[in-house]
Order: sequence, then structure tokens, then C-alpha cells
Amino acid sequence: MQTNKWTRRAFVATAALASLASPLLTQIAHALTLSGAGATFPAPLYEKWFFEYNKKNPDVKINYQSIGSGGGINQITNKTVDFGASDAAMNDEQLAKVGGSSKMLMLPMTAGAVAIAYNLPGVKSGLRLTRVVLTDIYLGKVTKWNDPVIASVNRDVKLPDLPIAVVRRSDSSGTTFIFTNHLSAIKSSDWSEKVGKGTSVNWPTGIGGKGNQGVAAQVQQTPGAIGYVEYAFAAENNLSVAAVENREGKFVLPTVKSTEAALEGTKYPENFRVFIEDPDGASSYPIVGLTWLLVYKEGNDKAKAAELKKFITWALTEGQQYVEPLKYTPIPPAVAKNVIKAAEQLK
Amino acid sequence: MQTQPSNQLEAPENLTAGGGSLQPDTIARGVFLVAALAVVGTLFWMAFVVARDAMPAISKFGLGFLVNSTWDPVVEEFGGLTFVFGTIASSAIAMLLAVPVGLGIAIFLTEDFLPEWILTPIAFMVELLAAIPSVVYGLWGIFVMIPIVRAVETFLNQTLGWIQIGGKSIFGVPYGPGLLTAGVLLAIMILPTIASISRDVLKAIPRSLRNGSLALGATRWETIFRVLLPAASSGVVGACILGLGRALGETMAVTMVIGNTPQIDTSIFAPAYTIAALLANEFAEANTAVHIGALFFAALLLFVITLLVNIVAELIVRRVSLERN
Repeated sequence: MQTNKWTRRAFVATAALASLASPLLTQIAHALTLSGAGATFPAPLYEKWFFEYNKKNPDVKINYQSIGSGGGINQITNKTVDFGASDAAMNDEQLAKVGGSSKMLMLPMTAGAVAIAYNLPGVKSGLRLTRVVLTDIYLGKVTKWNDPVIASVNRDVKLPDLPIAVVRRSDSSGTTFIFTNHLSAIKSSDWSEKVGKGTSVNWPTGIGGKGNQGVAAQVQQTPGAIGYVEYAFAAENNLSVAAVENREGKFVLPTVKSTEAALEGTKYPENFRVFIEDPDGASSYPIVGLTWLLVYKEGNDKAKAAELKKFITWALTEGQQYVEPLKYTPIPPAVAKNVIKAAEQLK
Repeated sequence: MQTQPSNQLEAPENLTAGGGSLQPDTIARGVFLVAALAVVGTLFWMAFVVARDAMPAISKFGLGFLVNSTWDPVVEEFGGLTFVFGTIASSAIAMLLAVPVGLGIAIFLTEDFLPEWILTPIAFMVELLAAIPSVVYGLWGIFVMIPIVRAVETFLNQTLGWIQIGGKSIFGVPYGPGLLTAGVLLAIMILPTIASISRDVLKAIPRSLRNGSLALGATRWETIFRVLLPAASSGVVGACILGLGRALGETMAVTMVIGNTPQIDTSIFAPAYTIAALLANEFAEANTAVHIGALFFAALLLFVITLLVNIVAELIVRRVSLERN
């Protein structure tokens, strides 16, 4: 019978496929593999580090999934990865879930700035934004580019009569956290009461773009648009970025230098969890943040813990040469030393 | 065993039942049964998991979730109204555009307006549209479609911007990304589904029906609209429902062009938000039980919307086929 023949053939084919597949599965290399997951903000740098580290130590492979800081925290909490990564470290509630802050090491690996990109016909550079204007734009209070509050600090720029198209991240993101964290710290605005800070917030206005690319595309296409993106991303894509007023009233462009300056005045607590909401210093760019690796202090696999220690030490010494070319900001050498020392506790 | 062509009038006796218990047919039947049950089981399992994980939000917000339009992760106040609106509105725009065009394509491809050797490649290319990954649609939407849509929106805003509901324009500020953009993109995405299934259905109509209609003196127009389409109606409705299903659940492309703003605006140009886009945007970073619960609650709503749509469609199809009998 026909059906008969076909069923039999199907069975034979399935069996043949199955027997073909199994030797492939066993061919996975027996080298040590570390897996991590978390923040997208430092992902390009981490990937570069893991790649270079693997070149030097071919028997160690580090896999990193850039699924977002929240995902990184969830995964390290559930111990489905060897390390997590987060732009917002872990808050006390999250630390309580893993058994308190003594159980978890939070190691700052690098820092970065959030740039304010804009698209104004005829204005390639030179736009300056005061702290209050920046918050008022994102609160939807200032809606025109030629509003006197913008014009008064931009006398040498010809501001067009365009509505401001506010662009922001729609996906939850460490970049949003760093940005809203800064806006919340500005005392003269009511941002912290009206919106607050977080990886996603209830935006009063604007269009949401997905990812840095989404925001950048929106800004590049819409005359009159303003949006916040990672500085590394803005620099790579040659977006026009605004100089933002810092705490001391100076207008500063985002650069590796001005981010370094912002890091300088920071005091690091013992667990390294510090959010640079509003840095001191005349040459500091105001919207900056650190990003952390999250690892359990104890109870790790011995071989993996040893390798992680080695990697962290390498990244914060030799690996530093890859930081600036990717437009990230190295953490100060003195702090790096302390981080390496803290990583020694890893077991 | 030789079987006769299937237009035999009498049903043949059941030859596949077999005698022994270990007949290959018996085994195959078991395999198919397991496969069928696995699908049903997976569906129930998913519904259960979604409902279970939504519990923190369900117990906190209850049915109020359905009418609340605030979505504030910072203070953990969540409402799903704006997302339900965005999901239904964007799909409705898509259907409004895709159904007439898709049906038009299907009719064109089944009528002998052009020789077969031209029609077949066209039909093939329409089906090819369905094979494009949605992220590619999204990127195309951002870089190609949005500038065009913005130009059209600007024109509409200037000419028809005075049409208002409750003091607010229907053709408001032209943003680019927004409800209309998402609707148009969705229409393009569901077009191949509607067009190709409708075409198959129209093709399956017996030639005698068409010839009979023409022989009675009906014009081609009358034949298409009075004979062919009613005869194919249940299949065409099915095609539309499949398309609508895709539109309701489409995630990536919509996320990239809808503007992701939880609001209900009178302007069809205004940015909006769909449930699927919300899940894609916020799931990775959600880490409080209530936030995750609220996302699952929204997912559950999407489940319910899709279920309702399917039930309504099933009822329509039954009604139509009953009327004809």
C-alpha cells in the first residue's frame, strides 16, 4: 500500500538524519567556556575584549549575550550564567534576592557618556543646551527650536523655526537609566517628581526608537529632532551632538577626555556601586555612567573562577588599550587597581 | 492497492484500519495523534504559563488594567488600554488597505487578463513578499517608507488638517513614525497571505460555475462579484483572518515604525504602541514581579484578542456557508 511505503520511508529518513546529527553534537570543543549576559551599552567593548583574550588564551572562550542589564541581573540571580553585566549595578532589592550584598561582586569595567544628538538644518555643530532646557525639552515644555530659552545661550547659531521632535529609547536600556538619572539630579527641574529615573520610564513626550540605531535613524531623518544615544554610537555615526551645561555652568561636549574628567571627582564605596548623577569639575561632561560585571563571590566552579579573575585583571591592565579606540572611557588606574584587588576574592 | 481518482461518488470502505495491532498504519496513527495533541497541549501550556506569570499584575490591577492608560515602570503603575488600542487600530488600518488590494491581486491573477506565463511569475513574486524577514521590513520602513509617509502626511496635514474630532485634528502633526506608518507597513506584510490564499480559493472554483454564469449572459464584472466571490467567500474570509492574525502579532517591524508611545490620539499620524511591541521593548529589562506580571498580563490580552478574532471569523465562515446551502 502507498501510505505504508511512505511511512516506512519517513521513518528510515528520520533515523538516518538522527544518526548523522549525533556525532556533530559530540564534537564541541572541550575548552573552558565562560558565559555571560547583560548590558548592551558596553557590549562592543566586551566583545572586543573577549575576542582578544581568546586570541591570547585559545583554550578559553567567553560567550556574551547582550540582552540588556535587567536580563543580565535576572540571569546571574538564577545562576544561568557565570557572570552578569549591568549599567545600573544591582539595587538593594536585587541584592537581597541573591543573599545580600556580601555575596555579589560588582566590578566597574568601563565608563561611557550619553550624547545628545540633534538634527537642525544648517546647524552641523555648536548647539548648546542648558540643564534646565534639556529637561524642559524632554518634559515637553519647550517645543520650538527658536524658543528664547534656547536662543539665549546660542547667539552664534541660527536656530530655525521648527518644532522639536523628541526622540527617546523605547526599549528598556542602561542608556535611558544614565540619562534619566542625570535629569533627576537636576535640582531646579521637576523631572524627578514628574518622571523619575529607570531603565524605562513614563515619558511625557516624544517618539520611541528601538535601540541606539532606532533613535539615531529617527534623529537623522527628522529635521528638528533631538535624541540621546551612547556617545560611542554617536561618534561612529558622525551625529551632530550638543554641548551640555554641567554643574558648574560650563558647556561641555561629550568626549573620552570630558568623561574622564567626570569620573575623577567620584568617590567609590567599597562595593563600587556609585552612580555619577551630576559630576563636579568645570571640564566634566555631565551625563556619564559606569558599567559593571556581576559575579558571585563564592561558590563558583574553581576553574571558571580562576579564569574570570585572570580575565578581569587582563581587561583592566593590558586590555585598556582597546577602550579608547572604541570611544569608551577607561576607569581611573587607581580604581582599576582596587577592582583587581576585589576580584581576588572570587572563589 | 490501486485507488480510483477521487471524484468517486461512493466512499470506499476503510482500508487503512488493518487487522494486526502492530501495523505501520497503527503506529503512524499514534504518531499523528501525539503530534496533534502536542500542538493543543503546547497552546494550553503557554496560556497557563502566561496566566500564571501575570498573576502579580492581575491581583494588583484586576480588570482596571483594561481601562487604565498609564504605563509607568518607575512607580509601577501599569494599564493596558493604550496598547490594546494601538494593536487593534494598526491592524484595522492594515486590513482596510490590504483586503481590497489583496483581493484585487487574487482576482487579477485568476482571470485570464494576461497569459499564464506572465501571471505565474507575478503570483510567485507576491508569495515571495511573505518570505522577507520582518526585521528587513522594519529597516525598509525606517529608511525608505517613513520619509515618503512623512511627505504624504505633511500634505494631508496641510490640506485636510481642519477635520477634527473633539477639537483635535485627525490628520495632526506629521511625525513620520506612527499609527498610519505601522498600518501601511503591516498591510504590505499581510498582503501576500491574503492575495495568495484568495487566489488558490478562486482557482479552485469549478470552471463550470463561471461558464454557466457567462452563458446566462452575465458580464465578467457580474460573474466576478455575483458568482465567483460569493462562492469563494469562506476561503477569502479565512485568508483575511490569517492576515489579521499576522498583523495583530507582528512585533519587530511594528516596533521599528510605530513610535512606541503609549497614548490614544485622535490623529492617525500620532505615534502609538502595540502589545507585541511593548513585549519586545520591555521584556529584557523588566525585573520586578509587578512589571513582568504586567507584561504577561498584556500578553494575555493579546491572546484573548486573537482568540476573539478567530472565533468571530469562524462564525462568519459558518454563517456564510450555511446561507449558501
